[in-house]
Amino acid sequence: MNPAPVFSMPDFWPAAAEIAVATMACLILVIDVFLSDRRRWVTYTLCMFTLALAAWLTAFVVPAERVITFSGTFVSDPLARILKLFSYGVVAVVFLYSKAYLRDRGLFKGEYYLLGLFATLGMMVMISAHSMLTLYLGLELMSLCLYAMVAFSRDDPLAAEAAMKYFVLGAIASGCFLFGTSIVYGLTGSLDLGEIARAARTLDGLNVHLLFGLSFILVGVAFKFGAVPFHMWIPDVYQGAPTAVTLFIGSAAKLASFALLVRVLIEGLGPLHSSWGGMVMLLCILSMGLGNVVAIAQTNLKRMLAYSTISHVGFILMGVLTGTQDGYDAAMYYTLAYVIMAMAGFGMILLLSRRGFEADTLEDFRGLNSRSPWFAGVMLVVMFSMAGVPPFLGFWAKLAVLGAAVEAGLSWLAVVGVVFSVIGAFYYLRVVKLMYFDEPVDAQPLTAAPDLRLLLSLNGILIVLLGIWPQGLMAICNQVVTF
Amino acid sequence: MEMPILSVVIWLPIFGGLLVLAAGERAKLGRWLALGAAILTFVASIPLYTLFDASTAAMQFVERAPWIATYRVEYYLGIDGISMPLILLTTFITVLVVIAGWEAVRERSSQYFAAFLILEGMMNGVFASLDAMLFYVFWEAMLIPMFIIIGIWGGPRRVYATLKFFLYTFLGSVLMLVALIYLYLQSGSYEIAAFQALGIGMREQTLIFFAFLIAFAVKVPMWPVHTWLPDAHVEAPTGGSVILAAIMLKMGGYGFLRFSLPVTPDASMSLDWLIIGLSLIAVVYIGFVALVQTDMKKLIAYSSIAHMGFVTLGFFLAYSIRVRTGSLSGGAMGLEGGMVQMISHGLISGAMFLCVGVLYDRVHSRQIADYGGVANTMPKFAALMVLFSLANAGLPGTSGFVGEFLVILASFKASFWYAFLAGTTLILGAAYTLWMVRRVLYGEVANDNVAGLVDLNAREFLVLGILALAVLLLGLWPAPLLEVMGPTIQQLLEQMVQSKL
Repeated sequence: MNPAPVFSMPDFWPAAAEIAVATMACLILVIDVFLSDRRRWVTYTLCMFTLALAAWLTAFVVPAERVITFSGTFVSDPLARILKLFSYGVVAVVFLYSKAYLRDRGLFKGEYYLLGLFATLGMMVMISAHSMLTLYLGLELMSLCLYAMVAFSRDDPLAAEAAMKYFVLGAIASGCFLFGTSIVYGLTGSLDLGEIARAARTLDGLNVHLLFGLSFILVGVAFKFGAVPFHMWIPDVYQGAPTAVTLFIGSAAKLASFALLVRVLIEGLGPLHSSWGGMVMLLCILSMGLGNVVAIAQTNLKRMLAYSTISHVGFILMGVLTGTQDGYDAAMYYTLAYVIMAMAGFGMILLLSRRGFEADTLEDFRGLNSRSPWFAGVMLVVMFSMAGVPPFLGFWAKLAVLGAAVEAGLSWLAVVGVVFSVIGAFYYLRVVKLMYFDEPVDAQPLTAAPDLRLLLSLNGILIVLLGIWPQGLMAICNQVVTF
Repeated sequence: MEMPILSVVIWLPIFGGLLVLAAGERAKLGRWLALGAAILTFVASIPLYTLFDASTAAMQFVERAPWIATYRVEYYLGIDGISMPLILLTTFITVLVVIAGWEAVRERSSQYFAAFLILEGMMNGVFASLDAMLFYVFWEAMLIPMFIIIGIWGGPRRVYATLKFFLYTFLGSVLMLVALIYLYLQSGSYEIAAFQALGIGMREQTLIFFAFLIAFAVKVPMWPVHTWLPDAHVEAPTGGSVILAAIMLKMGGYGFLRFSLPVTPDASMSLDWLIIGLSLIAVVYIGFVALVQTDMKKLIAYSSIAHMGFVTLGFFLAYSIRVRTGSLSGGAMGLEGGMVQMISHGLISGAMFLCVGVLYDRVHSRQIADYGGVANTMPKFAALMVLFSLANAGLPGTSGFVGEFLVILASFKASFWYAFLAGTTLILGAAYTLWMVRRVLYGEVANDNVAGLVDLNAREFLVLGILALAVLLLGLWPAPLLEVMGPTIQQLLEQMVQSKL
């Protein structure tokens, strides 16, 4: 599978969706310049159309089997297709959720959607990467867009601070990742993930250079994922960024982080599981512990959800560190489940927000049941699902991960996980308590647009339905994660 | 094609509950819908008794369909002599709870009734599940409506109480989840029968036993993890207390019978002293604690813990009886006694909480000191409450007697001291219950509030009257209940002494 010495035409079809998104994004960029603010919806519509087009290409045009192209730097496999399709859906939902919020704040600019689209492109490249370099390329494309999006609300000092932190720390993490990559390149002689995996099989797991490089790569991955102790940026960014951007980072970007993890650790360095398993276990336990405990002290819902994200990342890592097929399946299932829940959670904040009012503190949810029993019900479902209470989606995700851990002989880790999830249940319950047991301070009726209401309701219903019939999503994860 | 009765008793109330929820502000419609759903469910559950074959220990009314292929989880329902009475108890009590909440609940009454109906469906699901994961899903999901019930319609410290309730029970059950996963990985399916047939080493059994013990002990609740119960009971609305005492506590007992004893028999045998010890502490110590309560609901809550101590005591007597007499006959008596005690306590404690609810609706106080001489103004009520109190104290002729008598008899076979300590409940139970009755019902009319009391209205009389009949019927003629349980208990007894090592 060595790259041919002469230049040959690569197979473009596997990358059809990426090419389409890149072309469309550039096109929309030009069109957007000529639009007046009143016609900004054209940009929005075109972005949505682009996502639909990409979905169509990925689903029907891109070959279904595993194809490696562009001299071994790009792969299109079932995992990539599913993750991409999922990303389009998530990004489309994020765009829709954000529309009214942005408009109310004078942020309904083409840039939000275009940056979002470019970030999506970065995610797609990461998902399909088959070389450390492609991975880095996608990672940077996504990250740079996200930095800009966080700073999108220019006059907001909190957002600017968040963007600065995110950028500086993110750059360091990228540097670590790149540094680790260079060491691994030195050891294995290749950047191609397939080659690295092959070379890794022959390497001694305790090779000092290897461990050195591995830890740097892991720092980069853990940072992007937000695992403790590389989580510092998450709370500030989640809280500081406009909620619409938080929603993007909290949902769509998590899919990309998962892809990064899968490509590097499992596909590339999978044979060295014995070397990184322990490090990931440390990240896992710390994330579950710190995330759940610190979340209790939060009064800002976005910040609380940030810490909750950290704890969920701990669970995802629990699936990964088992080093078994079931564990990887479970980690992917958990990621997808988490993204669905996070969309609904941040969507609720957007729903309650209105012109000149951010509903991002816990207090803003007080008495929601009197104001809107239906949406209080949706939030109740999201909270219990995140806490891992059946019959909702989040429970099955936890079950899958715990099952993989017990199967790998790590029952004690499963016990640690469930104990932390009981601690975590407290802060989710507090939200339910505020919504149901307290009287509202702010009795204004909800003013959200009908499309947001409808989609958010569907999102909540989806969490229930996937909880009652979890088989479909589980089966997808089982089929596509094959290493 | 037979009617899937078990599915009906699970899903009818759940969908009924959703319908009631949809009724929203139309409180009257919601109430009637709720009553309709509750009664329909009760009617639907009657064939479970009439068509029940009491000659076999095999599962009946079985429904089985694949659910989650990846984990081989099945939608697998069925009942035997242990679960059938508990399902009937659930459907029966829920009807009464709906009627009792008819006018007492003013705020968001649709949500109140919906929560109870959904809870009912889930509780039936717990008793009817033969698949451990299905069981667990119902077991946990049940916490959500109860959390809401205590939190919205409870007393002043309701938030503290409901959080404590949720977190205690959640902590207990997640450890059970890890045990279930382990058993699944060993046996290859979540079928409970497969767990029971699985051979497990002693060390694993012990760990699994403790995981189950924490889950069930919190639910029962056993000393020392009982502290959530008085709080939850005191703060819960009347209906919530009734369901909590009458049915949710029984789930812990049911769990011991369905999981602990048959799945980990060797660990149960080697650790039976622990359960018996904790049960006796519950009976004696909690009995004394009940004596000094000044709040009626708290008193009944503590009496519940003491009575549930009898249940767990009865369940685990078989081992020491076998050691002492070499036969199993007394063990069956202990198990039967425990089961009868569960059903009977369901009726009696439910009735007692309803009685307190009747007083609370009128005076808005649960303090014993705020009452006195109620019998003068509420003679009908006083008569019924005295009956329930005597039943609670274990008077022969009431259902309370049968269970306690069987358990004490069985404990005599195990050890004199078990019987002696268990027997103190006859004194303690009578003391705390009757002393409360004396202070609340008899004596001079204590204050203007009591002087202005109005006796039971037709609705309240209906609810308490039905319960009184049930208590007496079960006390005078427990044979039908013992008959349906017989073969199942016998089989369970064989399973619990069958070594798995």
